[in-house]
Formats: sequence, C-alpha cells, structure tokens
Amino acid sequence: MNSFSSRSGLSVAKGFLYVSLAIFVFGIGPGCNFPSSNSSSNDDTGQVVGEYTAHLTHAPQVPASLDSYRRPEKVIVNITVKEKVMRLADGVRYNFWTFGGTVPGPFIRVHEGDLVEVHLSNDPNNKMPHNIDLHAVHGPGGGADATMTVPGHTSVFQFRALNPGLFVYHCATAPVGMHIANGMYGLIFVEPREGLDPVDKEFYLMQGEIYTKGQNGDTGLQEFDMEKAIREEPEYVVFNGSVGANTGKNALHAEVGDRIRLFVGNAGPNLTCSFHVIGAIFDKVYVEGGSLINSNVQTTLIPAGGSAIVEFTCKEPGTYNIVDHSIFRAFNQGALAQLVVTGPQDKNIYSGKISDALYQPDSGTMANATPEETGPEEPDRSFADRFSEGGALFQLNCASCHQSTGLGLPGAFPPLAKSDFLMGRKDKGIGILLHGINGQPIIVNGKPFQGVMPQLPLSDDQIASLLTFVRNSWGNKSPVIQAKEVKKLRNP
Amino acid sequence: MAIIFLFQGRMSVTIPILRDPSANNKSPLTKGMAKIPAGDYKPFIEQNDQPDLHRIGSFYLDIHAVTNQDFMAFVKTNPQWSRSKVSRLNADAGYLSQWKGDFDIGDPRILQSPVTHVSWFAANAYCKWKGKRLPTQEEWEYAAGAPPKGMKKGQKLSQIILGWYEKPSPAVLPPVQSTYENVFGVFDMHGLIWEWVYDFNDNAGNLSGMENNFSCAAGSLNTSDKEDYAAYMRYAFRQGLKGNYTVADLGFRCALDTSLLKP
Repeated sequence: MNSFSSRSGLSVAKGFLYVSLAIFVFGIGPGCNFPSSNSSSNDDTGQVVGEYTAHLTHAPQVPASLDSYRRPEKVIVNITVKEKVMRLADGVRYNFWTFGGTVPGPFIRVHEGDLVEVHLSNDPNNKMPHNIDLHAVHGPGGGADATMTVPGHTSVFQFRALNPGLFVYHCATAPVGMHIANGMYGLIFVEPREGLDPVDKEFYLMQGEIYTKGQNGDTGLQEFDMEKAIREEPEYVVFNGSVGANTGKNALHAEVGDRIRLFVGNAGPNLTCSFHVIGAIFDKVYVEGGSLINSNVQTTLIPAGGSAIVEFTCKEPGTYNIVDHSIFRAFNQGALAQLVVTGPQDKNIYSGKISDALYQPDSGTMANATPEETGPEEPDRSFADRFSEGGALFQLNCASCHQSTGLGLPGAFPPLAKSDFLMGRKDKGIGILLHGINGQPIIVNGKPFQGVMPQLPLSDDQIASLLTFVRNSWGNKSPVIQAKEVKKLRNP
Repeated sequence: MAIIFLFQGRMSVTIPILRDPSANNKSPLTKGMAKIPAGDYKPFIEQNDQPDLHRIGSFYLDIHAVTNQDFMAFVKTNPQWSRSKVSRLNADAGYLSQWKGDFDIGDPRILQSPVTHVSWFAANAYCKWKGKRLPTQEEWEYAAGAPPKGMKKGQKLSQIILGWYEKPSPAVLPPVQSTYENVFGVFDMHGLIWEWVYDFNDNAGNLSGMENNFSCAAGSLNTSDKEDYAAYMRYAFRQGLKGNYTVADLGFRCALDTSLLKP
C-alpha cells in the first residue's frame, strides 16, 4: 500500500543523531557522499543541500506537489501576521487576527527531512504580540517560545521536519484560545519522501469556530465573546474563515472522474469536526493526518488542533456539500462548503429520480381507524344541512387539487364539475372516497388522468355530506346521500 | 476614616477620604502626578514561595502618558536621543518613526498623543532626566487595576480592556486623557497604549526563575485569574520585548518615590 513512511519517529531521530555525528567528523559540503534520493535510509536527514523560499497558497488552494525527494533542503517560510477587519458573514464583520491576511493562514508544503526556517513578522500596525506553534515541530512550544513577536518585529527560528503528515499551526500567545478563535491557524504538510499518489485536484479546507458578542446573523462589526468561548458555544462554525467562503460562486470545482484530495484541518478552538462530503465516500483517509490509512469511510473525525487527508473520486456530476456532520453546525452556523462537479452522468452508478408516486398507507388500516365502522347508524339529514357541511369538508379535503371551481387542473387533477366519471358511477363516488384510487389510469370527460387519489380518513356521515355537496355543485345535480348508504358500502 | 475598595477581587486598597487635593502638588516634581496610596496587591503570576498578597508602598504616578511634545523637549535637550543619533543598541530602527525628523514632530494632531516607538532605554532616560523613574510592573499593575471613576455595578474592568485590544489601532493615536480616569486619579491606564515598566522582562527572565509562561496553553498555570484575558495579553506583550525595541502602540509614563519628596 502506498502510504506515508512506515518508519517510526524513533528511527528517524536516530538517523538524525548519526548524521549529526557524521557532519562533525567529515564537515558539511556538497562533496559528502550521502545515499541518494529514493533510498529508504534516513542517513541524509542531517545534510541540507540547497535553499528555496516556500511557495505559500491561500485556502482553498494547495501548493503544487513538490518535486520528488532527493535530499533535505532548507525551506524559508515567510509569514506576516495582520490584524484586520474582514467579512464573517453577509453584513457581519469581525476583527480577525491572521497569518498572512487570510483565515486560515497560508498552506505550507515541505518535504520530510527538510530544514524549515520560519520568518514570522508582526505587522507594525498590529496591536497584539503574536507567535507560531507548528505541530510539525519537535521542541518546546512548537516554536512558540522562539517566535514571540511584538508589532513591528520579525522572529526567525528553524526546525527539522522529522515526521511526515498534515499538521496544524496556530498562534500560541496567551490567551491561546482567543488567538485561535480570532483566526490564527493554518496547515503545514510535511510530504513523505516517497510522495503521495498523484491526484487531479487538491484543496485546502480548515474549520474554525467564531465566538461573537452578537448572535448568529447580527450585523455590523462583532466583538469576541470570552464567556461564550469558555462555554464552548460558538455563534459561527465555518470552513475557510467565513460563512460561504467556498459555496456558490466560490465553490470548489472538479470534473467527473477527477480524483480529489482534501487537506482538512480543524482549528477548533473547542469543537471536534465530523467531516463528511454529502454524496461521496472517501476511499482513502489518512487518519488524523498521519500515516494510518482507512478505506471506504463516510465521515471522519478531526480533533481540534488536528487534521485529516481524504481522497475520493467524483463519479457523478452535481453539487456536493461538504459539512461538519454535527449537522446543525452546517445548517445554522456556517460549516458548509461546496464542490461542483461537471461532466457526463453515469446512470449505472446513480439514476437520479426515476419516479415520484403518491404514497398511500394501507387503506384498510385507515378505515379501521374510523370509529363509525362499528358505531351506531347516523340519522338521515336534510339536503341543505348535508350540502352546507359538505362544502366545508370540500374546502378542507379536496379543493387544493380539484380546485374550488371543481374544474381540477388539466393534466394533473380531473374535474368534478359535470364529470362523467363521477356522475355516472353506480356507487355515486362513495367507493372512491372510501378506498381512494391507486394508480390505474382513468378517463374523465374524454381526458386521461393518472388515477391517484388518497383514501381519506372521513366518517360515513362526512362522506355522505361531502358527496352531496360535490354532486350538486358546478352544474351537477343528484339526490341527497345519507350515511347509511356509505356504511353499506364500507361494510358490505 | 477610610473606604476599602475591592478591585476585581484581586486587590484591596485603603484610600483616605477627604484627601487634600493640593497634597500632590507641594513639589513641582509632582505636578501632573497622582499619589497612589499604599495597598495590597494580588500578583497575576503566583509564586509558591511568596505570600498571596504583596504590599505596595505609596508612590507617585504621572496622571497621563508622556506625550510627543513632552518627549520632543527631552530630545532637544539631549540630542544623543534624536532619531539619527541614537545607538541601535538603545533603540531599534523604528525609534520615533512617527515623527517627521529629528526635531520635527510633523503631524500636529499627535502633539498631545502619547509618544510611542520609544525603547525602554529611551523611556528610562527620559524619566531620569525628569528626576523620576519608570514604575515597576507591580506598581503599574496595581495602579492600573483600579476601576474607572463611576464604573457601573456589574461592569468588569477586564471587559473594558478587552474592548480596546479587539479594535484595530486608529490611524491617528488619540491624545492623552481621552479615555477614562480611574479612582486613583490617573488616566488611560488601559485603552490607549501599552506602557513600558521598569522590570518588563522579569516574567520571562531569570529573576523569577520561571519559564516563558505566556506562549502556550500552559500560560494558565500559576496565574491568579484564568479569565483575566487582558492581563495575559499584557504579560505576553512584555515577554515579547527587548530593551531596544520600539512598537507603534507602546509608550510610557513615569513614577516617583514618595520618600524623595521628604525634606
């Protein structure tokens, strides 16, 4: 199976020590003969050849896959912290604290074994001190102590990317939770030496919560609410920094047949994400962003301060909603992104809707529910009485389809006015009301209709009144119907 | 006769009622200063080997931060502290960068605004020149913990402070005494700028023997009030500083020992 390196962190560390010693003995330089690229040995972990500045991308973009691994390089990562007011939702603004001016911060992609040099600048116009804790770092604070930076200054530190995987980074200046809740987080991918299988599209998504003083939807500039943050009750849960950051015209795009890889992070600061793509199955999940691969997964858990890499193939065109399946977060709080897939349908995989027929519960059950079945016989009532009651029952039960005019809707609902189908029936239409019509086509006044009418939970007395009204309205004329006639047909 | 104030549950101080308002102005040195009464202060950072409450002696504190205009007078008298003359060991390249030139403030709107982009060394030199000194961190925190005059019941000082921390810096820094006056009679302790203290690097340094406490979640260890987010920010800010650093929102005010005034 093509997966992340299966080596343990311990052996990497040993390799590192060994090489450090080697450098001490032989000196550093291109002349050193270390094992070359595709070796599974770690002996070259200590030697850095070459230097370049990392190409950083903003979500949902991911930097292109790195050239195949040859030997560790020095990678410069420049990030400037900016405190700025940005859109949180339509009409809602928030004073975000950001890495690189966006939430989430830039995506960093390096190789396992690289020497990463982080230059963290704090914009002179900022108010707060900031730093960075990268979970890819071995060392106290993940770089936080080394990068505590006041506005107008730049801190530099280096770390060796010893473990491959997808790691969260975040600001870790006290109070940490507030810095994360205000938007200071992002992802760094330490690509395994052997690389990942090629895919067609890669995207970067990161979930985070926002705790505003106002309620979800309250417009204007919103402030951070410390009490809600401590109670872990966010007003917003979003992907990529704002409600709708990647929906509608900002949705992700792919073609049918594309293989998709999502690098997904969860900044928290509090909630665990139940990551799910509606209508897709992850055939590969790098669990928690590490080396363990799970297959055929519907929903994968991403802890706060954790990640996952998911892969799937778009087999059908359409819009796929990407959600936190703690679903109220998606529906009410903003945890929704969209992937729009275009291309030909394959009915062999997904048919779309084949039919939509009316569902009618078993009529016997419904009939049994009516108390009149075994009740005492209803007394006869006058035509005027039945006609009046029947009119009210018609409005309640029938008019939405057959219309108040009794003319129905051409092609959908047959007319009752001067209906040969109704007026010509020996049972005066009682059977239709008792049992409904279950789909056999009918001809009404020469026009065909899909014969579907629900059985109605009406009493014998009510059916008598309803039919008296129907059979004496809109030009129809016939005698009054009494409850005993209905009862006779219900219980023959 | 006295009133006891309880500030945020962290500190109590006894203030004599019917203070003679002229008492602070016997010496010209104390003009523009408020006499901060002695009191007990509960430090934000708790240390095992220290008592819960620290006794803070009485001292004088400038009622507002040093302004650009104040600082210009200092630079004119001490040109070694002008922008082009100052040593990089004493102030970084941002020093007084809001000014137009060595002896030209430029924008008249900031004359009465707090001087910022000043290093600790410059602030310290200014206070010495005035015959004063920088307040210690404990003195500053003690004086800043006093609530605004007329603060409503149920209102929390930390909420007022957080309100400032959350707002972006204004394009033009407002003048001194533009925020609130606290019950000690000093202005703008929160809500205008950060301020240097004499021993700003004590928290992270070897004096207290503590690790860097304000750079990670463990920052909540050893603190007396885990919900005082505003205090975390001040201590974190100080931890990020070095003596020659200058920052756009960082200024200072001076303090004075009461003992120096006695004949």
